[in-house]
Amino acid sequence: MTLPTVLPLLVWVLPFAAFVLLAVVAPLRRAGPRAGLLSIGAMGVAFMAALVVWVEDFRGEATWSWIPSDGGPIATVGVLVDPVSNAMLVLVTLVSLLVQVYSLAYLGDEPPASLGRYYTYQSLFAFSMLGLVLSPGFLQMFVFWELVGLCSYLLIGYWYQRPAAARAAVKAFWITKLGDVGFVIGIVLLWSATGTFDFGELFAKAQEHALAIDGLGTIMFLIYLGAVGKSAQFPLHVWLPDAMEGPTPVSALIHAATMVTAGVFMVTRAQPLFALVPDVLTLIGWVGAFTALLAATMACVESDIKRVLAYSTVSQLGYMMAAAGAGAADAGFLHLLTHGLFKALLFLAAGAVIHAVGTNDIFRMGGLFRAMPQTGIVFIVGTLALAGVPPLAGFFSKEAVLSGVWEAHLTVPFLMLALTALLTAFYMFRVVFITFFGRAFEAGHPHEAPWLMRGPLWLLAALTVAVGIRLAVGGGEHEAPGWLVPLSLASAFVGFALAWAMYQRGLVDPATFSTALAPFDFLARRRYGIDALYAGLYRALVLGFARLIGWIDRYLVDGVLNVLSALTLRAGAGLRGIQSGRAQDYVYGVAFGVLLLFVWAQLWR
Amino acid sequence: MSGLQAYLVLAALVFAIGLFGVLTRRNAVGILLGIELMLNAVNINLVAFARFNGDLGGVVFTLFTISITVAEVAVGLAIVIAIFRVRRTVEADRLDLLRG
Repeated sequence: MTLPTVLPLLVWVLPFAAFVLLAVVAPLRRAGPRAGLLSIGAMGVAFMAALVVWVEDFRGEATWSWIPSDGGPIATVGVLVDPVSNAMLVLVTLVSLLVQVYSLAYLGDEPPASLGRYYTYQSLFAFSMLGLVLSPGFLQMFVFWELVGLCSYLLIGYWYQRPAAARAAVKAFWITKLGDVGFVIGIVLLWSATGTFDFGELFAKAQEHALAIDGLGTIMFLIYLGAVGKSAQFPLHVWLPDAMEGPTPVSALIHAATMVTAGVFMVTRAQPLFALVPDVLTLIGWVGAFTALLAATMACVESDIKRVLAYSTVSQLGYMMAAAGAGAADAGFLHLLTHGLFKALLFLAAGAVIHAVGTNDIFRMGGLFRAMPQTGIVFIVGTLALAGVPPLAGFFSKEAVLSGVWEAHLTVPFLMLALTALLTAFYMFRVVFITFFGRAFEAGHPHEAPWLMRGPLWLLAALTVAVGIRLAVGGGEHEAPGWLVPLSLASAFVGFALAWAMYQRGLVDPATFSTALAPFDFLARRRYGIDALYAGLYRALVLGFARLIGWIDRYLVDGVLNVLSALTLRAGAGLRGIQSGRAQDYVYGVAFGVLLLFVWAQLWR
Repeated sequence: MSGLQAYLVLAALVFAIGLFGVLTRRNAVGILLGIELMLNAVNINLVAFARFNGDLGGVVFTLFTISITVAEVAVGLAIVIAIFRVRRTVEADRLDLLRG
């Protein structure tokens, strides 16, 4: 145990301490804002420590045996400290901290007990996410993988009295579990083939070409399924837009910046293993690119500001996965980090807007720039970053992803991603123009958010710019084709121009546009029928099966029991005649019995 | 028929008569009388064996039995009187409160 491992351990344990305190000490939890301050305090110290870990570029590993057995421990727990986990530590603690501060104001009207519950979950989430990124092996990763899923469920259903929120929470849990089943089967298969969960040992074996297991492709595909569920890849992406029923800060933290990127993180972490199975990698790339495009088209027709951002998140996760699939996991990971910053920014800014106008519908907003210029500016900064405009953070990471995919000769996915870039700019500027410019909607008096909310917004905006500039100065390591930068800039500009012409100038009527693209419009508005397909499958399979089981229970299981009990009752009714209550009858019985005994004694001695 | 056998036959007869009384009498007092006969049949056995085996144990036991029988009859009659006070009858067939 040296400093490089103690400090990350401290980062990890602090939110846990806050969680235990809040969970066990009920008066503290019910104190509301004070519970928040405790959680924020722990998170702040954790962030400082994480910053030190990242700046000092600590590396190291500390493990403890967990499941003992004769031939050494089966599984270990501990911390694995390397550049990937360091960067994630900073991202997770930073966004957690800012979101928790922001929530103090955003959820200020909540009853204190609910607020305390919120911060309890937040601390648990931070602990789980940090445990996930610090995992030295698949097993610990899976444990925390499920824990963040649980926190996601709890926080989506934070307003559990609302049926929509409760349903969305269950949906998120179910759909991610679908992927997680594959994940756990993959992990166990890998363990049974290699005898270890440990990343270090697995990578060493991969290096020595000692991983020539039969069915490694299947195993890695199963493990990838976990990422499909968690990172909302097609066809398991349907839970993420519904997850927007949770409070906006939760969407910013869990469903944009951290938890949903766990899948990308896992694929990045296990890159040496995935590199052994090119077919699976190609599949990851294709699915990622397809997800990116599909989600982008759905974002274009959505009118709920949070859902637009949610589809955008799905789309960007597709980008990251495509990069990982192309073997450019570094580029995907870079995009993960920058996306975490500016998507959290966008969500928090959207939260400020929702807080001000009290609706999610962008068509009931408008002209908000005048009322809340600061929120408008940071939202536009986030939009520019997401659209990939230099020198903001998103430009460089998206660039890296695109060049990575191009160099892997995944031409069709590359084209999908390029088209997605255009659509990204379009749908984001569509939101910007409708929400912040154009005709003001005269309903209520929107006002600028309190400084507790504005502070995190400005900080994230500044970081988005700063990281972009840092990348501009220090980047340029990868060899991108010369035409790539003009191409992505052009697609971003075309998207912007389209949105401007349609929603700002009114040069093109959006209606004629959607008529021209009628089939796509029709499908995208119905989310390509995927949600309906799941609902139908659920009704047909799960409910059908449940009905069958119900029938069996009611008529077969209960039937057997009913027959048995009826027989018992019948027999009892018959036998009760014997008990006449007259003493003489009993004496008859005794006398007759004695007689029988005599006879028996005489005959069968 | 030797001496002992005659006593045993007598005892068996008395026992059988007592059992018959217990089983057939409708009146509770009659049933008690039947029980009394059965006990005395046993006493005859005990005394007969004591006499023919030259063992005084049987006689001593008989004394015990007689005293216990007296107590039993006292308690039994008390119960019969108590039942009569409550139910206004001592007919055994109608005393079937424990019927299932």
